[in-house]
Amino acid sequence: MTTTAVSSGPASAPAAQPIDPRTVPEGSVGFVSPEFLHFSEPLTLSSGQVLPSYTLAVETYGELNAARSNAVLICHALNASHHVAGMDAERPEQIGWWDNMVGPGKAVDTDRFFVIGVNNLGSCFGSTGPATVNPATGRPWGASFPLLTVEDWVHAQARVADHFGIERFAAVMGGSLGGMQALSWAITCPERVGDCIVIASTARLSAQNIAFNEVARRAILTDPDFRGGDYHDHGVVPANGLSVARMVGHITYQSDEVMASKFGRAQRAPGPSGDYRYNYDVEFEVESYLRHQGEKFSRYFDANTYLLLTRALDYFDPARAHGGDLARALAAAQARFLLVSFSTDWRFAPEHSREIVRALLKNQREVTYAEIDAPHGHDAFLLGDRRYHAVVQGYYDGIARRLDLGERRRVTGVLA
Amino acid sequence: MTALQGTIPEQAVPAGAASADQPMRIDLLRIAEWIEPGSRVLDLGCGDGRLLDYLQRIRQVRGAGVELDDEHVIAAVRRGVRVIQQNLEEGLALFDDRQFDTVVLSQTLQSMHHTEHILREMARVARYGIVSFPNFGYWPHGWSILRGRMPVNDQMPYQWYDTPNIHLCTLRDFQDLAARLKLRVTHLATFRGDQEIHWLRGWRSQLAVYRFESPWSRSA
Repeated sequence: MTTTAVSSGPASAPAAQPIDPRTVPEGSVGFVSPEFLHFSEPLTLSSGQVLPSYTLAVETYGELNAARSNAVLICHALNASHHVAGMDAERPEQIGWWDNMVGPGKAVDTDRFFVIGVNNLGSCFGSTGPATVNPATGRPWGASFPLLTVEDWVHAQARVADHFGIERFAAVMGGSLGGMQALSWAITCPERVGDCIVIASTARLSAQNIAFNEVARRAILTDPDFRGGDYHDHGVVPANGLSVARMVGHITYQSDEVMASKFGRAQRAPGPSGDYRYNYDVEFEVESYLRHQGEKFSRYFDANTYLLLTRALDYFDPARAHGGDLARALAAAQARFLLVSFSTDWRFAPEHSREIVRALLKNQREVTYAEIDAPHGHDAFLLGDRRYHAVVQGYYDGIARRLDLGERRRVTGVLA
Repeated sequence: MTALQGTIPEQAVPAGAASADQPMRIDLLRIAEWIEPGSRVLDLGCGDGRLLDYLQRIRQVRGAGVELDDEHVIAAVRRGVRVIQQNLEEGLALFDDRQFDTVVLSQTLQSMHHTEHILREMARVARYGIVSFPNFGYWPHGWSILRGRMPVNDQMPYQWYDTPNIHLCTLRDFQDLAARLKLRVTHLATFRGDQEIHWLRGWRSQLAVYRFESPWSRSA
């Protein structure tokens, strides 16, 4: 297999290079730049299609030790990327999506662990996907980009591990869709995962979950600017559809409680003495918020990628090949497991995590499970709940002890 | 009280082998003696994971704990104990039949709403169960009631209106329930403070620790 690191520098060197230490906050990995790894060996996908070659965008933090035993792979959710922590060197206002979790002294402690963030195949932040150019045609893949599954991502990411010479990850970790990838890693490459950390996730979507994805997809597919997926060729993007898709998603990431406390029934610009305006413009604050989120999203996210990622979510069901028996699907796993769920997460409710816990216990796997009573819904996995971070920190410190990576040198971030 | 036949020899466990920060309580040491080395142990209401940590180090057990309290869960994770956060009142649905060799419920039975249910669940998931609870038959309790007061002491340091102890019982009361549920008691140890009580223990002990065998284990 041939791998080409497009950016300069040895692969195992930390990508974090503080430029001006005065502007790097305590606990941050500093300014970071992605590497683009090109894999020229064809990848056969679950659908049977073959991707002749592909590029994955990665960022790394911390240093890979001589034994290559301290690597952690972070898998991202629907709209995130390889930019997990720190400040983008080009655009420092871009902070990594899990910056509160990953950094020197944070729960995932880059003083001791070498952390890899990777942009999923098919996504739109530098990895090969529908928005990148198909070398065979010289035009964007668009609708012709093959559909992917979570297992395809694992196989694609395994080559990232090979590239860094990592035989076995200390941990593979992710939240939501990223948690599915972590779970799939433990099943697909059992000998390569020491600990598997699955947060606010599920072993399969419910009908309700699929239904929400379908609404989001219909919004995109029925946008006149979608043009059968080849909107790039027409110089347009289905921004309205993508925006509505994001609005639907956003509702499901938050709890009723949080939306009530953030917005309630507050009006955006009430008429004299609080009158309604009696039209379909933004009347309530929550509408304004959702429209803003949707429009912002539609400016940076690729519509085909949204379709592809939600479909991969729908398809994920490791138990399917075992007559629906999740315990049998997980029988191959060798990792130790940490699962975390949040009480108000109705997208992937605690029951989803408990099902995984039960299946793991049935297989006599070592499993730890925390059910955090937090108000923030599904989004809680990205936020700084102290108990949640304390569980993850304590768990990683245990991994470090087993791997002889030394004691924690500092505590920064949420738990400082 | 008749002497109880043990099915495994009681092996002395050194008290000094407990974690460096604090010596193990005498009742937990006794529980440890009743657990076979290398066996699978489930600790219900495992708190900060002290007992499991000890059992993993001294008895090389494969252990898991169940705990509801956030801070206890965090403390257990920090100790390297595998813990599952769950309310015991919801039962043990996460656990399969006969998944463990021994299941422990230490000083929690008296505060549970569904006393019978949890005992049945314990008997379902493990061959042996160990329960400890404050002995309401401890004679100063009677004295306290004769004086017109609910008993309050270091074993049960609660006023009647804020006590979590809703299902208090005596040794005989527990044995009756165990018999009704077909749990065969194999061991009993009783304590007052850090002292083991050997005679008139129904009156003189503050804390009772029972080990029982599940019905299926005898019919299997």
